[in-house]
Amino acid sequence: MSTQAQGAAETPGGPTVELTLRFDGRPLKAAPGQSVGGALAAHGITAWRSTRKGARPRGLFCGIGVCFDCLVTVDGAANQRACLVEVRDGMQIDGSYPQAEGDRQ
Amino acid sequence: MSPGKVGSIMKADVAVVGAGPAGLAAAVAAAEAGALVAVVDAGAQPGGQFWRHRPETVVPEPDGSGHHGWRSYVDLRARFDAARRRGQIIYLPGLQVWMPEKNDAGFTLHTTPAVARARSEDAATNDPAGSGAGNGPAGSGTVVARRLVLCPGGYDRQLPVPGWELPGVMAAGGIQAFLKGNGTLPGRRFVVAGTGPFLLPVAAGIAEAGGQVLAVLESSSPAAWLPHLRAAAGVPEKALEGAEYAAVFARHRIPYRTRSIVTEILGQDRASGVRTAKVDADGRVRPGTEGVYDDVDVVGFGWGFTPQMELPVALGADTRLDADGSLVGIVDERQESSIPGLFLAGEVTGVGGASLAVIEGLTAGAAAARERAADKADASRATRHRRFAEAMHHAHPVPAAWQEWLTPDTTVCRCEEVTASQITEARDTLGARDSRSLKSFTRAGMGWCQGRVCGFAAGCLAAGQRVSASAQSLSDAAKRPLGAPVSIGELASLETDS
Repeated sequence: MSTQAQGAAETPGGPTVELTLRFDGRPLKAAPGQSVGGALAAHGITAWRSTRKGARPRGLFCGIGVCFDCLVTVDGAANQRACLVEVRDGMQIDGSYPQAEGDRQ
Repeated sequence: MSPGKVGSIMKADVAVVGAGPAGLAAAVAAAEAGALVAVVDAGAQPGGQFWRHRPETVVPEPDGSGHHGWRSYVDLRARFDAARRRGQIIYLPGLQVWMPEKNDAGFTLHTTPAVARARSEDAATNDPAGSGAGNGPAGSGTVVARRLVLCPGGYDRQLPVPGWELPGVMAAGGIQAFLKGNGTLPGRRFVVAGTGPFLLPVAAGIAEAGGQVLAVLESSSPAAWLPHLRAAAGVPEKALEGAEYAAVFARHRIPYRTRSIVTEILGQDRASGVRTAKVDADGRVRPGTEGVYDDVDVVGFGWGFTPQMELPVALGADTRLDADGSLVGIVDERQESSIPGLFLAGEVTGVGGASLAVIEGLTAGAAAARERAADKADASRATRHRRFAEAMHHAHPVPAAWQEWLTPDTTVCRCEEVTASQITEARDTLGARDSRSLKSFTRAGMGWCQGRVCGFAAGCLAAGQRVSASAQSLSDAAKRPLGAPVSIGELASLETDS
């Protein structure tokens, strides 16, 4: 979607390397140094957690580890803050909010 | 976290919590005064929120673009790295304190990793001093120190508004953190709203990074500064900063609308637009002034800042309400709190920005390292910054009538999905007039964030229309049994430790 998609080319001064994550089982490109939330947002994905009571979508809110809205499962570790976790090649990310088909590029 | 790491103990003369402007300054000052300093920080590298920058593994030499006071950071960082090389600073990044204790030895900090570590990182890291990485234990651990300097900073204060729980709504500082940390933007079209000078750098940063700022909506009015011009003139660099932002706003044609608010976020499963309105000096919506911005990706809100008070409150430090309605710690001229040996610096002593935080950090660090009076020049600079901050708080208040913006089904507590009507009902029929009773009746503030996001608003709602939350109510809200979520193993290790 956005001009920021596939941020790999935007690593000023750094090597242009692409990492591959798996988000809800599908491959997703990311750039070194991105946060999980940063990588998801770069692909236009804004919600990945489902609230307990209302099953409402949530994604990044405070962006600095305070609100816990962006919780996600990373390599099997549940309840990780997507705004704080840095991407690694091969990282498996699982959300609890169902992604509609065609949401991702 | 490997089980063997639970209970590993670091001993130091001075422990510093936080590695932002105040924490870096405190650590450097204490180390340069001869103390052995342990620095515990939730971040993966030094800088805190204000000097957050892209991972140094990817951008080893950040040029400071988009930052203010970067020269101050570079100076502090060089001294921090030098002290690490001398072995005088033990840097423990990526750790959060979940429980502080005062005891005969001084202070004990129980920590937990901020982020679950990959198995490959489970071994203790011991990177060369000067790299952003630390030299601490990989798992959770305990820090014991005779004196403690708490510099936990703060985060954007929030007021609930209909639809603010939709994805695409972010804290204004969250947008800035996203940009500073990732080097990219979380969307293309932005509206930034709330009150205070902080909205300006957020909007300017978005525009400079190529995003479109449809409008900045400021609930206050520039005229609110008029009674405080003397205080503003005491800190001339703030006027220069303001002029820089004005130039960026002009260059990118960013509309800056004063006495204006977002009344509702539009959208089904994500934010797609906002309704706006003009307000009077009390924040009451003026009928007939409503407007709409469509095709919005991200809405950023900031109503000033909330200091992170759980650690000072947990240790029993005396607190007060500051001019902005925030709960802050009471300190003397050496930044020492009511608890001997416990020093506070930065936003936890009153929201005042990074320059003040650095001065306070230097004072606190030096005082914590050895009994030393505050430096007179520092003290006078700090006073000027504090006067400026107070003027800022008066010029950019939380609008008195903000509760009138809520609809009955507006979410107040985002974690437990508690609505405004559930809160006012608990207040009016069950007598829940403070954050603690509100918590037990409605679960507001009992979720993952432990009331960090809704604590101020819920406290005000419980107190009643046009009343702000009391110090007691905010203090109760900041009393969190755990400073950060921890594993059962970490809880269990407490017993084996003692």
